[in-house]
Amino acid sequence: MNKTLRVVLWGSVVLLGALALGMVALRRGEPINALWLVAAATCCYALGYRFYSAFIAAKILAVDPLRATPAERLENGRDFLVTNKWVVFGHHFAAIAGPGPLVGPVLAAQFGYLPGTLWVIAGAVFAGCVQDFVILLFSVRRDGKSLTEMAKEETGPLGGLVAYVAVIAILIILLAVIALVVVNALKDSPWGTFTIAMTIPIALLMGIYLRRIRPGKVLEVSLLGFILVLLAIWGGQWVAHSAELAPVFTFRGQTLAILILIYAFAASALPVWLLLAPRDYLSTFVKLGTIGLLGIGIVVLHPTLHMPAFTRFVDGSGPVFAGKIFPFAFITIACGAISGFHSLISSGTTPKLIARETQTAMVGYGAMMAESAVAVMAIIAACVLQPGVYFAINSPAGIVGQTAAAATTTISSWGFPVTPQDMQSLASAVGEHTLFNRTGGAPAFAVGMAHIFSQSLGGTTVMALWYHFAVMFEALFILTILDAGTRVARFMIQDALGHVYKPLGRTSWYPSVLGTTAVIVAAWGFFLWQGVKDPLGGINSLWPLFGIANQLLATVALCVATTIIIKMHRARYAAVTLIPLTWLVAVTFTASWHKILDASPRIGFLAQARALASAPASAANSRLIFNNQLDAAVTAGLVVMVALVLIESIRQWLGVLRGQREIVMRETPFVRTRLAEDRI
Amino acid sequence: MSRLKTAANILLATLQEIFDEASYGRFLVRTGVTSSPEAYESFCREREEAQARRTRCC
Repeated sequence: MNKTLRVVLWGSVVLLGALALGMVALRRGEPINALWLVAAATCCYALGYRFYSAFIAAKILAVDPLRATPAERLENGRDFLVTNKWVVFGHHFAAIAGPGPLVGPVLAAQFGYLPGTLWVIAGAVFAGCVQDFVILLFSVRRDGKSLTEMAKEETGPLGGLVAYVAVIAILIILLAVIALVVVNALKDSPWGTFTIAMTIPIALLMGIYLRRIRPGKVLEVSLLGFILVLLAIWGGQWVAHSAELAPVFTFRGQTLAILILIYAFAASALPVWLLLAPRDYLSTFVKLGTIGLLGIGIVVLHPTLHMPAFTRFVDGSGPVFAGKIFPFAFITIACGAISGFHSLISSGTTPKLIARETQTAMVGYGAMMAESAVAVMAIIAACVLQPGVYFAINSPAGIVGQTAAAATTTISSWGFPVTPQDMQSLASAVGEHTLFNRTGGAPAFAVGMAHIFSQSLGGTTVMALWYHFAVMFEALFILTILDAGTRVARFMIQDALGHVYKPLGRTSWYPSVLGTTAVIVAAWGFFLWQGVKDPLGGINSLWPLFGIANQLLATVALCVATTIIIKMHRARYAAVTLIPLTWLVAVTFTASWHKILDASPRIGFLAQARALASAPASAANSRLIFNNQLDAAVTAGLVVMVALVLIESIRQWLGVLRGQREIVMRETPFVRTRLAEDRI
Repeated sequence: MSRLKTAANILLATLQEIFDEASYGRFLVRTGVTSSPEAYESFCREREEAQARRTRCC
């Protein structure tokens, strides 16, 4: 393409992006079409990828196409393997895409569509994509070392320890909060519970097929499993309407929480691979398919957003979660803009598959852009709902009232009209008894997705099927993360305990396996139980805690990245990681301050504990007081640890910049690639 | 047309990698056995710990 054509093309992208962003940001008082969000996001991603990632690759990282990667030098056909860049991209995206970019933006939609949209786009382009890209490249240059290893080597032993503790803490809080999302989506829903229950025999059937009938034909069996799951969703409507079967699959939140805990313990500790591996494949199949389908659906159907750009809840009085737009919008939208957890994947499997350094931009920066696009889709799914309906679904009974009449009166008084009849007809349309107080984001996302699809594919008659498809899709891959996450945390603890007493580190020694699994499940089960019993719905306290922990891990990753950039004598460009780092420090530390010390009982853990203490004493009250004090202590502990890493990193930077500290680079020495062009 | 075919091949290769079919193929080549229930069971055993340690995001 000649230069003039390139200038015209990118000039057009800039103009379209500016127009779309202008429409999204400046239009007030009338609904806007979702395509404006899609256009704004697409143009920003294209510009970010074409110019910003190229700038980082050339000026800071000095990406070298001739340098052999660990996939080439250490190729063993298993962990280290030269792989096609598109295949690595798909693999990486499948690993980073979870419920976070779907749930967080749905919850943050209480501020209106604009704050979430702007943060998802800008956060991804300037922070999330940058983090994933640079950590991936630095890991590739260090033989695929993990973030914790790099933190230990580059910022000192404290960095490694904090990264390790932060990962365990995040896993525990993450598992609790996503389990709560499933509980809230399935409680009192015989249709949803039946569908999820049916995935167990379906997965077993897939396992038998895979092991005995057609060994290794995973794609084929996943397609078969998917068809069976669709049949289960179809069959769920008869279960929901059956006087005999409906009560069997109708559970309260607390019962579901206990069932999920038992399931997670069994699935993580026992050798039930016949169930887990096929269900894992099925979940990935459904996840990728649904994300693709939703993307196509939004572009083809281009629905109208009914949520205003801003709501009155930017002042911190939101019913979905309490807290002002700064910092809580940025804590709530974790994975869609920047996620510390991604740095674990960028320094995990992915660097061992990269064939050329030049591909790290496409995989690291590009896959995060795709994740951010998923978050934009979630915002659209939430904002196509009438605001009154959105708030009726997402607000806990403790805020809006216990009855339908009370809830709709409260929500209508906020300026978002909704009636009990509206909610009843919507609940009937999606095959549920009620949609009030379905906190957690998943049900609102499912209703939004059903709303989008039912506009063209089948109309309102199949809205219930779309709703339960969406619930099944979310619950299925959350359950997969529950057992996988518990196992990852168990291995991490076993690895550490192995240094104290060797048998404890053996993953085949059952006393250790059962003991460490019990510890992990008890830890996240504690927070889950706290969420289920919370009169404010649980999400109000648990999701910000998860967001803070996740963003603090991103802070550690950006500290490591900045340290390496300064050691590479690229200090004049360090702003590329330093600015997102400064922003994250401001956001996470402010949010932590509010969550611990804010005077409002809806925001501050300690204020809520004090408010509870002034109420009549009871066993339940004492437990709630303890829970709030514990949440405050966990938040404070995380902040102190990350502050120590930050201080240690700053000392490193100043030492290097003043010439007082010897620069020790841990990169693997340069080896020229021998790969022919056709292999990569 | 050939570009479409290439894109379809890459998509299939990506899915085969994500769903471990490619990894099973490499296992068969490495161990010099043909696909069978026993071979697949050995592959699954070999993959179990690595799979279990694979982090997936939130």
